[in-house]
This record gives sequence, C-alpha cells and structure tokens, in this order.
Amino acid sequence: MISRFANPARFIRISAAVLPWCSWLTLLVIAAGLYLALIAAPPDYQQGEAVRIMYVHVPAAWMALNGYLFVAVASGVALVWRHPLAEVAARSAAPIGAAFTFVCLTTGSLWGRPMWGTWWVWDARLTSVLVLFFLYLGYIALVNGFDDPARGGRAGSVLALVGVVNLPIIKFSVDWWNTLHQPASVLRFGKPTIALSMLVPLLVMALGFMLLFLTLLLLRMRAELNQRKALALRLNSRPLPAPTRPRAEAAASARPAALR
Amino acid sequence: MAGFLGLFRRDLRLAMRQGSDTGLVLAFYVLAVVLFPFGVGPEPEVLGRVAAGILWVAALLAALLSLDRLFQPDFEDGGLDLIALSPLPLEFAVLAKCAAHWVSTGLPLALVSPALALVVDVEPRAIGSLVLSLLIGTPGLSLIGSVAAALTLGARRQGVLLSLLVLPLYVPLLIFGAGAVEAAALGTGPRADFLLLGALTLAALPLCPWASAAALRQALE
Repeated sequence: MISRFANPARFIRISAAVLPWCSWLTLLVIAAGLYLALIAAPPDYQQGEAVRIMYVHVPAAWMALNGYLFVAVASGVALVWRHPLAEVAARSAAPIGAAFTFVCLTTGSLWGRPMWGTWWVWDARLTSVLVLFFLYLGYIALVNGFDDPARGGRAGSVLALVGVVNLPIIKFSVDWWNTLHQPASVLRFGKPTIALSMLVPLLVMALGFMLLFLTLLLLRMRAELNQRKALALRLNSRPLPAPTRPRAEAAASARPAALR
Repeated sequence: MAGFLGLFRRDLRLAMRQGSDTGLVLAFYVLAVVLFPFGVGPEPEVLGRVAAGILWVAALLAALLSLDRLFQPDFEDGGLDLIALSPLPLEFAVLAKCAAHWVSTGLPLALVSPALALVVDVEPRAIGSLVLSLLIGTPGLSLIGSVAAALTLGARRQGVLLSLLVLPLYVPLLIFGAGAVEAAALGTGPRADFLLLGALTLAALPLCPWASAAALRQALE
C-alpha cells in the first residue's frame, strides 16, 4: 500500500484534490479553536487571562514533537525502502516542525515572564526543547549542505534517526527531574487534571494545528516535487555549449548561478 | 581483531608522527581556558564557581576541533574506500578510529587538566573528580562526534555544519561531566553524576559506531 501512494505523480494528483479541503478545514478549526480559547474559555483562577497562551503553547509543543517523529519515521522509510517520496516528506516537514518548536519556545517565554517572573530558566523541559530546536536546524542545514541533494537527503535521514533519543527525554523530563515546568496534565495515566471547559478548546486547537501541519506539509511537498521536475526539465532542455568559443565559456560559467 | 588493532595502530601512528594534531588541540584547550579569567574577572571565588563548566566546555570545543581529522583525510585520499572493502566490519573500523582519536585527543586533555584546574582555582579536592570525569566523558565525545564527522563528509562549509550537529548532542555529557566536578567541589558526592556519565558513554559505545558506519556507507555510495 505504501508503494501505491509513494508514486510522486500519483501523489501530485491526489494532493491537488485534497489540498483545498484541507486548507479550508484548517482555517475553520483554527478559527473555532481561537474563539473557544480566547473568548469562550474561562480565565484561570490563579493565572487569570494569561492562561490563554497555553492554548497556543501546548498544541505547538505537541506538534514540535510529532513533527520530529514524522521526520524520523519518514527518514527511516527513506533509508530502508528508498521511497523517493519519504525523503521529500522528511525534508519538507523539518522547517514546519522547527517553526512549531520556535512558537512553543516563544509563547512559553512570554507566559513565563508574568507567571514565573523570568523569560527563561534552564530546567530540563526547556533545555531539551531547545536542543530539539537545534536538532531541527542541524537537520535542515545538513540536508541543504551538499552539492548533491540526494547525498544530503541520505545524511539527513541518518541524523534524524540519531536525534530521536531526544524525544523521550523531552516527554519525560518533567517526571525525571524536579523541574519548574509543570508535569503533564492531559496525556497521562488516569484522568486529565485539566478542567473540561479548558480541555475542549485545547483539543480543538490541537486538531487545528495538526491540520495546519498537514496542509503546510502537502504544500511544501508539492513545491519540492515541482522544483525537482523544473530542474530536471531545465537540465535536459539546455544544450551544452561548445567549450572552444569564448562566448560559450562565459555562458558556461554563468550557468551554475542560473540553475540555483 | 588483527584488522581492528592494525587500524588503531595506524591511526595512532599517523597522529603521533604528524605531532601537530595533538599539540594543536592541547594548545587550543589551554588558550580557551586561559581566556576565561580575562572575561569573567580574576577573583578566585568567581573563577572557582564556574571553573568546572569552563574546563568541560573548553575540552568539548577542543574535541570538536579535531573531529574533522577522524575521516576526512582518509575520505580524500581514498583510504576510506579500502577500509570499507576490508573484511573488518565498518562498525569496528569506526570503533578503532574513535579509540585512536580518543588516545590522541581525549586522553591528553584529561592528563593536562589538573594543571589547568590550578589556573582557574578549582577546589583542590575536586581535581581528582575532574580528571576522572574527563576520562569517562571524552570517549563519549569521540564516539558521538564520529557520527557527525561521518555525516558531514564532503559537505560544503563542513566545519560550521559539524559544530551545529554535534554540540546539541554533547549537552548531556557536559551536564553530567561538569556536574560531577561541581558535586565534588561542594562535597555532596559526585557518585550519581559519574554513574550517569558512564552510562552515556557506555550507551554511545555500541550505538555511535553503528550510526557512523551507516553514515559512512551513505557517503561512499
């Protein structure tokens, strides 16, 4: 089944049909989520209105982790089965995941200032998420660091799998260490320790962020595939200039810049 | 086993004959540590408080500086292809190269650290822990570094890329290595930090050569 959908041409066709639905649904769910979170949900008895930052911060953090997991799984598939689409998916998902990680860090910092009295503390949860952000950056830099894109994709795949060791550290950092960051209140054994009136907007926002990830991923994957097609077409259509004539030499030296 | 020892001895001999490799790393280590008193001020209380971190960060950067030597020369002259073709599994070849890298960088760093510890006013009773933490931690630096060195073979701007990849992965070693020295200086007992540091290095021992070998195979494809 994987190989049926791993055909790039079929992917382009199917994604073109899915993408408009996906985008509108994302817009709808995030709009509903923002209404529920910013207007309908009650303010917290301790944190007041600042609790509303949580509705962006927590889903962003979830998507930061899920995004990395997605990159790692796609990289594993790319290494084992050599599906061209898996490598494109991993490469396209990484900047989106990095953006979610950045949003998570920024909103956390904005919330921490009034609540903890500081923009940043070096506790285990914050530090491990910062390391996740650097792992994303390292992956993106490595993938783009080679003249041969295929080599960059393969090296990035190995790095993405190595970086997976950080994911359990982030998830369990609040249990292993005595941190300032509060422990999990939704994804835990037993009942969530968050009130239903706050849980519902949170889950709607989480669904919205997941849809946003999917929409951006489809867009980026289509762009990447089209870019590769355009590059291949351009490489095929341009005849090699004769190397003896000076004008041709100038053209040859100008060509790599034009290709980029 | 013969192939493993042969490769280990060859790498070590290359490092020794070139001489400048180990010497430069040590010189960098000393200079980097000596810079800190100028930056944070020469008061012994201040220096003694941050000394463990200074020595560990400098050791980490010195190890990082020598990582490009691990595979790059062999990659350029084609030696790496022959190593990959030899009957010795590539994982063991990586392990041999890491061992040689550690003996020519990590070990000398640990051995000169007591002298530097005196310069930055480490508590005298913590100096033993400092050497021990470096002896336990630096093999982990070489092993984790080998993965990044293998991944960046043939990349553009390899040096910057290498540091971007490897420094986040070094964070746990730094935390527990500097933590052990800190605990010894405060007299709270560095046992837990030593155990965690040892666990990290031991976990890197089988996992990193495996990942490095996978990365090398991609590079040689």
